[in-house]
Amino acid sequence: MTMLANILAEHYFFAADRPAIYLQVAGQPDRCITYSDLVCGAAGFARLLEQWGIRAGEVVVIILHHGEPLIYAFWGAILHGAVPAILPPLTEKLLPARYRADLAALIRITRPQAIVTYPQFASEVAYAVRVAAAPTTAIIELAEPLRAAPDFTALGGLRRQGSDLVLLQHSSGSTGLQKGVALSHRAVLNQLNAYAPAIALAEDDVIVSWLPLYHDMGLIASFVMPVVRRVPLVLMSPFDWVRAPARLMQAISRYRGTLTWLPNFAYNFCATRVRAREMEGVDLSSLRAVINCSEPIYHSSHQRFCQRFQPYGLRPEALATCYAMAENTFAVTQSEIGKPISRNEGGGIGHSGQVSSGRPLSNVCIRILSDDRRDLAEGEIGEIALRSDCMLSEYYHRPDATAQAFFEGFYLTGDLGYMRGGELYVTGRKKDLIIVGGKNIYPQDLEALAGEVDGVHPGRVAAFGIFSEEAGTEEVVIVAEAESEEPAERERIAEAVRAYVTQNSEVAVRRVVMVDRHWLIKTSSGKVARSANKAKYLSEFLDQP
Amino acid sequence: MSDDIIRPLADYIANEILKNPKRAIRPDEKLISSGLIDSFHLVDLGLFVEQRFGVRLDDGELNADTFDTLEQLAALISARKR
Repeated sequence: MTMLANILAEHYFFAADRPAIYLQVAGQPDRCITYSDLVCGAAGFARLLEQWGIRAGEVVVIILHHGEPLIYAFWGAILHGAVPAILPPLTEKLLPARYRADLAALIRITRPQAIVTYPQFASEVAYAVRVAAAPTTAIIELAEPLRAAPDFTALGGLRRQGSDLVLLQHSSGSTGLQKGVALSHRAVLNQLNAYAPAIALAEDDVIVSWLPLYHDMGLIASFVMPVVRRVPLVLMSPFDWVRAPARLMQAISRYRGTLTWLPNFAYNFCATRVRAREMEGVDLSSLRAVINCSEPIYHSSHQRFCQRFQPYGLRPEALATCYAMAENTFAVTQSEIGKPISRNEGGGIGHSGQVSSGRPLSNVCIRILSDDRRDLAEGEIGEIALRSDCMLSEYYHRPDATAQAFFEGFYLTGDLGYMRGGELYVTGRKKDLIIVGGKNIYPQDLEALAGEVDGVHPGRVAAFGIFSEEAGTEEVVIVAEAESEEPAERERIAEAVRAYVTQNSEVAVRRVVMVDRHWLIKTSSGKVARSANKAKYLSEFLDQP
Repeated sequence: MSDDIIRPLADYIANEILKNPKRAIRPDEKLISSGLIDSFHLVDLGLFVEQRFGVRLDDGELNADTFDTLEQLAALISARKR
């Protein structure tokens, strides 16, 4: 079997001058990275790893922003045979102390052999390494891309086996960072072999993406897949996109983009935040699929997107859906490209109008399980479990979490859904999880933070998500019991909770509500019952501004 | 600093972004670094500023590097109007 580094070597010899990535950075001209550039940049980084004594199979954490060094560091680690894990860098919103604490927790579990970052960020990383008591973790500073002619006889990546790990993926938050999804070469290649035909991927496609590379949709669908499959990729920064979402449309028009992946909120965001003057001359007729993935899918979001962009050549049949997760490398299901998306118009189970996520990929087997793990019939809602040849090898260094995640060889997704006509409909989550803009947020992380604020009764906080039709995603609400009954003081505590939670989690809190002592409903075991408190909040506060 | 600029901005942020009309925003209150306004709201705020004050902003001009308080935002707008 040909592994990832071998594929890169083939591209170097047979497609050296072909564009691999058009890198966009706001305020700068686009940079075309050919396969030759890509492999030389990667080889330069692989040599750096060699100099640091990093060996094949060892984990290299990469903490870099959008740009050439990030691209070369990832592929350089692959060429070297090391196992890259891309993490988001610190942003201005997050408190450095919180970032360090999360990073230290990750280092303590993952024990990476190296962390690659900018010189100006190295002291933050060094601090986290000290906190984690991980003296064997090297801190490698990288400011500029390094280039080297590749020596394929020496590169360790060309001698990897299918079962060897190729990369780790983490989700965000204190909880998510401590579960690194470990994927093998075989898993990633099997995913691409199953997913590429499901979207009829061809070399004349052009993928356009603003997605971050520390998330599976960005990393696999919009980075690894195009590079491996010789499909040109137009890559912009998530920060540039969020400041000016029209950049996505302009890039599609300029490069005749054919495929793009978006989380549901982005349909609403683009539909309402793109100015008419920014769309002058923009032509979206090249798009053959806009794939909605990574958070609950709403038909209303598709309608808004279509209405806004049909005048610019968007074809409604280009809208498609996908269900994916890092634990299956990426895609689990995909709707048929170029065909209308199925919706459950039939009644009977109270989910009329729900949007299908499509059929399982050819290598995926899905079961729908009841609470006592019986297989459920078509149309019945239960936990989605899956088996494939592209599943995670393990949660890295977490045998406990790995063992809990499987049942009879099937990965338990924690998502709820049902099958209908061979297609999967995802209806919610088994456990509480808030999904905002495609990012998974564990409510217990937010509750713990809010409980640290003066004036909040510790342990008497509930965090949950409320779906916003306007935003196309969930918005975070925190309800906390206040120690004071005085309105001005409560207002002050609420502001303090909002600021503290945001600065420590990077999650924007829509609303903080201070309530009286004993307002929150607890379970018999003394835990805050989130869904019951959400229902109570909706009945008591929803109508108030 | 001109109240004609600060008041509509404060009203917009309280009503449309925070959904809390009673919330008074001080001219020197930190908006972005405090987490009150996130990056998605900044795009909305930019569209509002363009419509209300008839100025033109560049793509993504409103961000944590260009302002953090109402005073700073008002200064940015009045400089643009001149």
